[in-house]
Amino acid sequence: MDILYKIFIDPFVQMGGAPDLLVQTLWEGLVGGVLYALIALGFVLIFKASGVFNFAQGIMMVFAALTLVGLYEKGVPAFLALLLTIGVMYALALGIERMVLRPLVNQPDIILFMATFGLTFVLVGLGELIFGGEPKQMITEQLWLPKGAIDIKMLGGLVSLQKIDIAAAVIASIMVAGLAVFFQSTRIGRALRAVADDHQAALSVGISLNQIWVIVWFTAGIVALATGIMWGARSDVSFALEIIALKALPVLILGGFTSIPGAIVGGLIIGIGEKLGEFYWGPLLGNGIESWLAYFIALAFLLFRPQGLFGEKIIERI
Amino acid sequence: MFYRETGQYKTSYAADMAVFPILQDRIGVGLMLLVAAVGIPLFATLFPATGNFFLQVIMIPFLIFALAAIGLNILTGYTGLISLGTGAFMGVGAFACYKLTTIFPGVNIIVWILASGFFSCAVGVVFGLPSLRIKGFYLAVATLAAQFFLQWCFVRVPWLFNYNASGAIEVPERTLFGVALTGANATAMTRYFVVLAIVVGLTWIASNLIHGRIGRSWMAVRDMDIAAQLMGIKLLPAKLLAFAVSSFYCGVAGAMMVFFWYATGAEPEVFSIRQSFFILSMIIIGGLGSLIGSYFGAALIYIMPILLGWLADVSGLPIGAATIEHLRVMLTGVLIIFFLIVEPHGLARLWQIGKQKLRIWPFPY
Repeated sequence: MDILYKIFIDPFVQMGGAPDLLVQTLWEGLVGGVLYALIALGFVLIFKASGVFNFAQGIMMVFAALTLVGLYEKGVPAFLALLLTIGVMYALALGIERMVLRPLVNQPDIILFMATFGLTFVLVGLGELIFGGEPKQMITEQLWLPKGAIDIKMLGGLVSLQKIDIAAAVIASIMVAGLAVFFQSTRIGRALRAVADDHQAALSVGISLNQIWVIVWFTAGIVALATGIMWGARSDVSFALEIIALKALPVLILGGFTSIPGAIVGGLIIGIGEKLGEFYWGPLLGNGIESWLAYFIALAFLLFRPQGLFGEKIIERI
Repeated sequence: MFYRETGQYKTSYAADMAVFPILQDRIGVGLMLLVAAVGIPLFATLFPATGNFFLQVIMIPFLIFALAAIGLNILTGYTGLISLGTGAFMGVGAFACYKLTTIFPGVNIIVWILASGFFSCAVGVVFGLPSLRIKGFYLAVATLAAQFFLQWCFVRVPWLFNYNASGAIEVPERTLFGVALTGANATAMTRYFVVLAIVVGLTWIASNLIHGRIGRSWMAVRDMDIAAQLMGIKLLPAKLLAFAVSSFYCGVAGAMMVFFWYATGAEPEVFSIRQSFFILSMIIIGGLGSLIGSYFGAALIYIMPILLGWLADVSGLPIGAATIEHLRVMLTGVLIIFFLIVEPHGLARLWQIGKQKLRIWPFPY
């Protein structure tokens, strides 16, 4: 009985008892979720446009952040470094399209997945080779990102919001809105949607697949850079972030591989669920359950909706 | 000219269905086994310094990784279920073996190595259950749940490592007929023989499984599971059996890794997601759905970096160990992409093509 009480009643009693803590936990979950959603967004962009399950998205994020910090440490001014990093991401997109995607066109999905897997190794090796493996500090002040915390008095307690987290949430929202506009009302955006819908039909009306792939990978690279800056500001920039980036996978299967709203909603569910679970139910199991809880939440959803919350219905034919 | 099957008539179905239907293949496999069982140990006794290094650093881990790769290949290559949890399943084997041998120290360690596979097997079946409903990449993520959950268990459940302060498992000394098999006193040679015997035996079993009814049902599921179901293959038993057998192999490989390769002990970090990726890249490069490919992949991915390090040593270039490590990671990635582009079916397919060429040589067709 005691254990049942601890699982089903006690956490809610705690939540009711200290609503300020609950708000704090929810806020942290929300910010984490936004960042997961951003990584997942990069996946979705690429999956929609080229059908590639881009395993390297997480490492692209680390690589982008590392390039930015590495360039700054080499004496390049912060904003020039930012521009140069965007340039590097473009070069990366071009390189990937030329050397990986183009020779592998028309191969089965699993082969392309494995190729991005190889890409992960290349980027890890390259990043460590050029910038070294030790963790680095993200340059937040130099990029005019706010520091410190705001304390809000509410519900009989203090809720402290890190300014960088607020900035992250704002930037993420701007980014998602920008992408939505880009997709809905520009020429390239419409071409992207056409490619996502049907490769052959898009080709037949004169859309260049190769060009679209470069654009998509470049967009995903910029999303990766933004995510990298935000994650990097919360913790150090190092290859340990790669493991965090893997958390975007449950977000992805929760939201569905092809849905941008799905990535965002999924990110929020995972982020908040994970923090609440860790804070209120974690002590029961000996803490640290954050490392796997996200996967189990996603798994539970999957058992009921195998295509994710917003994914297209899977129709299988023989 | 020499590799030709002309004149080898098969007079029974059994002969026609044999694993190695061609005489030259049988001779080749026999020779390879002879080299592994007699040649390499002989070399090691003649040149003890290089020989022991060769056994400890190259042969033992190569065989163990090959076994793990076979395990993953059964699941991913033959049944088409992508798994990113290999490292964790290896860990289950290692921790199970450690617990078993500390609770029942009287029973022979080889028995426990094989028995620990069954624990891994049970865990694998539990995490394989969602595979009936979840497919493709979605399943890959589901196996990540296994990876992270089990890894968390290895760190957070102190019972698993007998409440050690270090959190690592330590290998006790175990003997067979008075010869130390594990622990600090076991020679590389003894450990090599044990590993070789287990790996060869399990490969033989895997080969028989794959060529039989079970293996064929796995391949049918891989090619299209709905079609397989319509042909009367029960999906749940087929997929779960694949998970069970695969985890068994991985578990045994993991147990051997700690007990016969590291020989003194291992940290739980050994069974991290990196290990899973490492083994996955072996089967991609080696060839999905091929036993010999598992060996090729293990050889290439594991031995290549050692060769690279050795080359850097010999050439005398002032390259640091860290740089070599980074280059190694990068080269692994480049190789994966390269092999996918030239031959998406891996080294095993190149081997096949080579054999075919040899069969008709010196004629073009």
